[in-house]
Amino acid sequence: MVATFEPKTDYKVVGTRPIRHDGYDKVTGRAIYGGDMKLPGLIWGVCVRSPHAHANIKSIDTTAAEAMDGVFAVITGADMPKAPSKLVDLGEGNINFKWASNKLMADDKVLYRGHPVAAIAAVDRYTAEEAARKVTVEYEVLPSVTNVVDALKEDAPILLEDLVGDDLGEDVTNTNMAAHVRHEFGDVEGAFASAAHTIEREYNMQMVHQGYIEPQNATAMWDEEDRIKVWTSTQGAFPARTQIAGILQVDVSRVKVTPLEIGGGFGGKIPVYFEPLAAILSKKSQRPVKMVMERSAVFETTGPTPGARMIIKLGADANGKLTAATADIWFEAGANPGAFIGPAAMCVYAPYEIANTRIDGWDVLVNKPKVAPYRAPGSPQVAFAMESAIDELCENAGWDSLQFRIDNASKEGTRRGDGVLFSKIGMQEVLEAVKTSDHWNSPLGDAPAGKARGRGIANGYWFNIGLKSSANLAVNSDGTVQLTEGSTDIGGSRTAMAMHVAEVLGIGAHDVRPTVGDTESIGYTDVTGGSRTTYATGYACWLAANNLVDVLKERVAILWDINSDDVDFNDGVFSSKAEAEKTIGFKELAGKLDDLGGPANSTGSVDLESAGDGFGTHIADVEIDLATGKTDIVRYTVVQDVGTAIHPAYVEGQLQGGAVQGIGWALNEEYFMLDDGRMANSSFLDYRMPTTLDLPLIDTVMVEVPNPLHPYGVRGVGETPICPPIPAIANAIKEAIGTRLYETPMNAGSILKALK
Amino acid sequence: MTTNTPSKVHVTTTINGQQHELLVPGYMSLLDTLRELIGLTGTKEGCLDGNCGACTVSIDGRIVDSCLVLGAEVDGKEVSTIEGMATPEGLHPLQQAFLEEAALQCGICTPGFLVAAKGLLDNEPSPSEGRIRHWLAGNLCRCTGYDKIVRAVQKASS
Ligand code: FES
Ligand code: FES
Repeated sequence: MVATFEPKTDYKVVGTRPIRHDGYDKVTGRAIYGGDMKLPGLIWGVCVRSPHAHANIKSIDTTAAEAMDGVFAVITGADMPKAPSKLVDLGEGNINFKWASNKLMADDKVLYRGHPVAAIAAVDRYTAEEAARKVTVEYEVLPSVTNVVDALKEDAPILLEDLVGDDLGEDVTNTNMAAHVRHEFGDVEGAFASAAHTIEREYNMQMVHQGYIEPQNATAMWDEEDRIKVWTSTQGAFPARTQIAGILQVDVSRVKVTPLEIGGGFGGKIPVYFEPLAAILSKKSQRPVKMVMERSAVFETTGPTPGARMIIKLGADANGKLTAATADIWFEAGANPGAFIGPAAMCVYAPYEIANTRIDGWDVLVNKPKVAPYRAPGSPQVAFAMESAIDELCENAGWDSLQFRIDNASKEGTRRGDGVLFSKIGMQEVLEAVKTSDHWNSPLGDAPAGKARGRGIANGYWFNIGLKSSANLAVNSDGTVQLTEGSTDIGGSRTAMAMHVAEVLGIGAHDVRPTVGDTESIGYTDVTGGSRTTYATGYACWLAANNLVDVLKERVAILWDINSDDVDFNDGVFSSKAEAEKTIGFKELAGKLDDLGGPANSTGSVDLESAGDGFGTHIADVEIDLATGKTDIVRYTVVQDVGTAIHPAYVEGQLQGGAVQGIGWALNEEYFMLDDGRMANSSFLDYRMPTTLDLPLIDTVMVEVPNPLHPYGVRGVGETPICPPIPAIANAIKEAIGTRLYETPMNAGSILKALK
Repeated sequence: MTTNTPSKVHVTTTINGQQHELLVPGYMSLLDTLRELIGLTGTKEGCLDGNCGACTVSIDGRIVDSCLVLGAEVDGKEVSTIEGMATPEGLHPLQQAFLEEAALQCGICTPGFLVAAKGLLDNEPSPSEGRIRHWLAGNLCRCTGYDKIVRAVQKASS
């Protein structure tokens, strides 16, 4: 039975904006991030990487590198434990250890450019890099494929010879197609046949990268007891442990992962990269080994999000009611299967109620890095296609696209494209908030000479996951509380956790001191991802705090010599049910615990279904320079149902950050691939993410429809905001220049082409 | 190292007001000199090619990407890093404003932004939003969308 909660409004701590507990360390440079790790005797590791996107390895000669002074260990694919082919769930995506291992270090074949073929540990980074240049590798270069159309051709070069693809349940071999799934409901053909208006369009998108500023890193020590200690920047210490143990073929209890501060992840730091390699180098050298990834390798070898080809067809009746939809979705998985076609199917129609729908999704291997989750993985892609098609359908039929979105909005009971029925959701409330927002009701303003303006809107959706979390509490004698929790903190979440505890205990947010635990100091906790952290770990903190109240009631019972059932607790004060004037505050009680049974501790753990569905709608005003094709965002508003905002400043931050990543994706970011499978723009200079100069302030409207599945109504918020920007901007560009773009990025070049 | 041992350079420099005498390998960046030789890891590495600003420090009052400067080049110069920004009296107003405005999420870009923003406010105490955006365009933040960073700098301006 799933517990549900009535919304409350009289919060003391929830909804306030305390300074984050880890803030002082982070503004003074004292916080220790993965790359800052230092240990006695620490040496550095680097990888030797393939210059080719697809090639057989004929031979590797490491003797010159090994002979260099200062080199302690050299490893190749031969040193990787042979992991069996086994699928493990990581929260946001699955992992197969055989492929995961092969992705980190090539066996006899390289599958993407930058694929490691050897790794070196040496006294310092410069020496290790010098030694890496002395490794000689003989390759037999193979033809490569870098897009889904080429990868599915009859004569396409095959990446994984042992791949057995799943085509609607049928096994297929000798293929780059890992999976083909379908979801079909209602009478799709019949509905299209009777539709008054239809539209069918193809959309294409290039891969983009998460773009976290901190490169991947890892420090590992494989000691003489066969215990492996790892310090790293990860989105989940426990899922990292699962992966490291699986790839190294040791029991999980042999691996201790200490999560250091993490410099951004957005999903990209769920998979491990360097951790197992540093561990093997450590075993060989008997020293702790640290590795920090070079930026070009971050682009070329770590988690982009899938490039996509999508065909959307929509049908509506004469009254503007959506009646039918089909979506054909091909996603690039990179060099191993796992392209998020599942989430894409869950998200594509989610903002709408449509009776007759079909979705076909294909997971396709290409000679590019294996994709990793990136903020609502799969959803921004299908949002671009779906929301562009919705606007075009409205344009052709002469309908107002906001009113159309309101009239067709999904609500409680609506069936999602994959068949799931929605519980209480806020799509309609969000759209109503758009309609009454200042932005929507302000004129677009006149464009200066030589420029054109347009306004666009679009919806976005993410389902938000629940999963497992743990929290421990201990009371200090001064009336403060130590909180240990398992969610690595990427954006202020430990403060939101402390606020959950403080709200229950009736103390201040700063009376709770939160710590993110390592894998030996806290119970299992899933990734910081899927917009689950504040929801699920917050829930665990709430449980732990309530359990602590129960423990403390027993202590009060000792103090007053009554039964603990006769003790009440309200707003930080314990009282006797029999004698209401008999009270003791939390702080005072904390000081007496030594004489009342000793330390008071508690724990909370959860395994939850969903963090509540998240819907948002964005409004984008663009101004396009007709001579250069450059697009400026002149005004931008994010409207989103955030459930209850525990710490509103960090919720706003999620909305703003997600929107800006979407803006970058819409206008400029892409993996620009050369014919031979090389990425031409693998630096921040050439990849060109948004800077301060490219953006206005980002306005936010937080609609709060409390999630009945959380004690305070928390809903996941972090991922939804990256979904609407791309189509909102596409729709705005259409309004500005009269031509619609069906491909990302919608950069100056493509706009100039469209203007011709 | 035998044949290719690079020579080390004798460097005397002031870092956050304290004098250091160092032997810096000729190839070593100022970023690594700070992080590896001196142990000041508050200055961060994001790209090593001058395109993220995470490694921003100031040399004689001028902000630079320390990954693009050699350690040997700061001989006789004054270097300021994030570790030198707060005083025994407390945080610098920019640091305080970043905390109050929630201008950091992961925080990896924060030291660079703070050192860069200080470089602006030291010379122009009341910059416009446009000026702030122009000045900070060399610092990348992937988490915040910059809104709260710009507001924090505005708050710390007089
Ligand atoms: S590390 Fe120096 S600019 Fe990125
Ligand atoms: S706060 Fe994460 S990069 Fe700026």
